[in-house]
Amino acid sequence: MTPRWLIARRGVQLTLLAAFAGAPWWGAPLVQGTLASSRWFGALTLSDPLVVLQAALAGHAVAAPALLGAAAVAALAAVLAGRLYCGWVCPVNLITDAVEALRRAIGWHGALLPRADRRLRRVVLAGVLLASALTGSVAWELLNPISHVVRALAFGLWGAGAVALAAVAACDLLLLRRGWCGHLCPVGAFYGLLGRFGRLHVQARRPEACTHCGDCFQTCPEPQVLAPVLQRQAIGTVIADVDCLRCGRCLDRCAENVFAWRLGAPGRSPR
Amino acid sequence: MIGPGRRRPLRRRRLLGSALALAGVAGLGLARGRHEQARPDAARALRPPGAVPEGQFDAACVRCGLCVQACPFGSLRLAGDGAPVAIGTPFFVPRETPCAMCADLPCQRACPTGALGSPALRITDARMGLASLSRAAACYSYIGAAACNSCFKACPLRGRAITMKRGLTAAGGQLTPTVDAAVCTGCGLCEKACIASQPAITVATRRLPAGTA
Repeated sequence: MTPRWLIARRGVQLTLLAAFAGAPWWGAPLVQGTLASSRWFGALTLSDPLVVLQAALAGHAVAAPALLGAAAVAALAAVLAGRLYCGWVCPVNLITDAVEALRRAIGWHGALLPRADRRLRRVVLAGVLLASALTGSVAWELLNPISHVVRALAFGLWGAGAVALAAVAACDLLLLRRGWCGHLCPVGAFYGLLGRFGRLHVQARRPEACTHCGDCFQTCPEPQVLAPVLQRQAIGTVIADVDCLRCGRCLDRCAENVFAWRLGAPGRSPR
Repeated sequence: MIGPGRRRPLRRRRLLGSALALAGVAGLGLARGRHEQARPDAARALRPPGAVPEGQFDAACVRCGLCVQACPFGSLRLAGDGAPVAIGTPFFVPRETPCAMCADLPCQRACPTGALGSPALRITDARMGLASLSRAAACYSYIGAAACNSCFKACPLRGRAITMKRGLTAAGGQLTPTVDAAVCTGCGLCEKACIASQPAITVATRRLPAGTA
């Protein structure tokens, strides 16, 4: 079966990266800036709500363009789903997915830390917000691999970009499986919480067809989100967990077509 | 099936793993922060026009690079690792790429957060730095080797920010390039224009007393 959602996702991710990376060469600007704040078609400003929140906590009276840009992104996350950002936009997802693919290809399942709590990222998020307030700076931008990667592409600053990429890859390969995106990244944690009441979900539309083969668990980057759905076996149960990336991997993978997208309020069964 | 005897060590292992991973991130953050503190030559790297005071800049700038891309002269750079200012923030080095003092302030208008001040700013009110004759012994006019006035002619506020003061100098020359700190924007065009191999007139941030850079 063609993994069409994976192809769509990679298409979106790579198109966005190419747009940022090509900024110096476009005559008429398509997009300028980075994922922290960008200007599209010379008119529309989009800003990362977490970055803007940090600036505000650090004591800066953020000007209107960044506030509106952050509000637009936050609204999209709140209405649809927060971690769409992780699955469809973030360039680091390409790295961590590649590491996971490598792990599977070579059959390496080891890690220095065999287990860690996936709620850890919310602790990191709290730490980042606290650090911003205490140090009076946009604290996470010191480490944020997303920013380092986009800056490397758009501005040729490969020194920090390469270090950030290597660190994330090493984290997932050696320290903790699915460590960065799945346990530590405060950006993902933030977007997840923003999308707490979002309307876009994956639902189990045909749970009766499930053969309990475990394919979805194997492929899902956040397998814990699948558990309640498969346990309940109720038609139309949505994956309501904030950690779901809406990456569509389970849709691609399930041979029985148990899963489908659902746009609407969670918890209500479709007619 | 997980029995009661097995559950506790599992939870403990998870807690330990979490604690170690968290310590790792915190340690990386602290190390990165200290690395950023120890910057060489920060006084020689100037912020774009309108920038809020340096102490507030770390809070105001989201490191998006929009100002750098907006600069039509390629004067502004985005700081990479090892740059004299915080990583991802904009700066320029006057001797290499001074600010052309665009009247319409494209960099300032590109900034989404207000880190480059208010849109009402006029470029002549910008205070990016301050020029000073910090190496008078290298100045051809000051030492009387030639009647050079490159800095004077390069100054966009000629005759106001820089004047050539007549009179015998301590080194035996007749002309002294003299900066009016109340007018100088710190664009760096004078430093760029200085014909001495090591510029006699230099621009430094206004955080330091003039002449120490």
